[in-house]
Amino acid sequence: MKRYVVRRLLMAIPLLAAVSFICFMFINLIPSNPAEVALRVQQMPVITEEAVARMEEMLGLNKPFLVRYFDWLAGCLKGDFGISYVNPARTVAGELARCLPATLQLAAASFAIVAVLSVPIGFLCAVYKDGWFDRIMRGVIFISTAMPAYWVGLLLMWGMGVKLRILPTNGSGTWRHLILPAFTVSLSYISTYIRLIRNNMLENMKQDYVLYANVRGLPQRAILVRHILKNSMHTCIVAMGMSIPQLIAGTIVVENVFSWPGLGTLCISSIFNRDYPVIQTYVLLIGVLFVVFNLLFDILQTVSDPRLRREE
Amino acid sequence: MNLGKRFLHNRTAVATALFVLLIALAGVCAPVLAPNDPYATDILNKFADYSLQYPLGTDQLGRCVLSRLIYGIRPTLGLAMVTMFGTIGLGALLGITAGYFRGITEEVIMRLVDVMLSFPSQIMVFAVVALLGVSVQNVIIANVFIKWAWYARMIRTGVMQYRDCNFVRFSRCVGMPERFILFRHLLPSITSDLAVLASLDVGWAIINISTLSFLGLGVQAPTPEWGAMLNEAKEVLTSNPVQMIAPGAAIVTLVCCFNLMGDALRDVLDPKEVEG
Repeated sequence: MKRYVVRRLLMAIPLLAAVSFICFMFINLIPSNPAEVALRVQQMPVITEEAVARMEEMLGLNKPFLVRYFDWLAGCLKGDFGISYVNPARTVAGELARCLPATLQLAAASFAIVAVLSVPIGFLCAVYKDGWFDRIMRGVIFISTAMPAYWVGLLLMWGMGVKLRILPTNGSGTWRHLILPAFTVSLSYISTYIRLIRNNMLENMKQDYVLYANVRGLPQRAILVRHILKNSMHTCIVAMGMSIPQLIAGTIVVENVFSWPGLGTLCISSIFNRDYPVIQTYVLLIGVLFVVFNLLFDILQTVSDPRLRREE
Repeated sequence: MNLGKRFLHNRTAVATALFVLLIALAGVCAPVLAPNDPYATDILNKFADYSLQYPLGTDQLGRCVLSRLIYGIRPTLGLAMVTMFGTIGLGALLGITAGYFRGITEEVIMRLVDVMLSFPSQIMVFAVVALLGVSVQNVIIANVFIKWAWYARMIRTGVMQYRDCNFVRFSRCVGMPERFILFRHLLPSITSDLAVLASLDVGWAIINISTLSFLGLGVQAPTPEWGAMLNEAKEVLTSNPVQMIAPGAAIVTLVCCFNLMGDALRDVLDPKEVEG
């Protein structure tokens, strides 16, 4: 057990290094000179060789590639991600820190909606398999996976905001601003997890331990909740945990639809402004979160599931 | 052929395939089918109601919505298809190389795949578009770049599963060239898995490309792409919400169709699944 955890931890290190290297490569692959881009973004009227050289000096671009990589990596580990091209007075870390709470709030609200809705719906779908509820939900899931998130957002904005006037359509601040964007983000995840729980439960229902529980004469409800649901939740919790970074990244589109002042809005405006350090750090952040959460829940799964433990 | 017969017997498969062909045909024949010029503006006639001349009304610049929808098939479906072919091509090439030649080649490719898969796909799309600049071509590159790893991994698994099968061993024993084994034995063996995955992913590609266009990072405004149309419709959300119905519904219909086709193809190609 301990060996597995250690091995898994060690395996994550090269992966993290590779992720950071790709993020660093990213800014060096820009077809034009980053120093020139930075000057242009700051609306320098005439770009002289001198100014470019000074900017290169300031951004440390005149050093060899690997030296720059390790400088940058060391900076990242200390929480220094460089300065924004658009506004040199601001650090990238500061910009991200300003926008992170709004995104985390949105992601947390979406996660809560996903957890609260998908578990009972998935449960009911499995219990009443092929009944009317299951069939309706299957239809809803089918349609909802085909709907682009931004379109759902627009429809909700129109229905709830413009037509019924019960919820605000953009901006942030109160919990009422949170409802529409959070629901929009969660929609595609809800359908994924309903399907996952439903299929897991149906799979578990065929197992011998269910037959044994039936033979012992346990009441159906106890079998369903205490045995089947509990066992089905294992993989589901792991999948949900692993999807947290995806949820944080997935807000990017919805934030733009609802003008939510989070990381997604920052990222898109940075793309338009060619503010590469911000994009780079955002990608790095999400990549690292992805690796860390995968690792965490992978270990958690092995610890919590006795069947996986024995195989080790 | 047995497979063709099974395909024809599966009503969903036939219907969805026909529907997709029909849509593609409509896109190709857009100049003939579209009642009006998709770019012709008529500012006096903006937000026109449904009429014979404008079957779906007009948008905020007085352009015919139906014509724009029909012309929009070209970028929407076309780009998705190009993306899929690119992805499968690259994924198959690297997946087969990894699965077949093993050793150091496999190590390198598979570690690369691991790294690629450790980024959420959506973020990578944005990163690549940000890096290369906003253009249609870059949208395709971005989508291929993030998706090939999934295919490489799947195809490698498939190749590994078959490479030690008896028929492959026999082929090798009787002295068939490696190329023959690769293209005549291994590739056909994994085609069915590939077809299912690909048809499911076309829907994904359509949504992804239209999302980029919606955010202004893909197909640009005057071109009638469905996502770009929705971007324009967003501006008039409060005054004329009807504008966003047609392009959105078109996307949902097409994506649903591809998803259904994927499921149906799975049933056709793998009958064991259905019974089990």
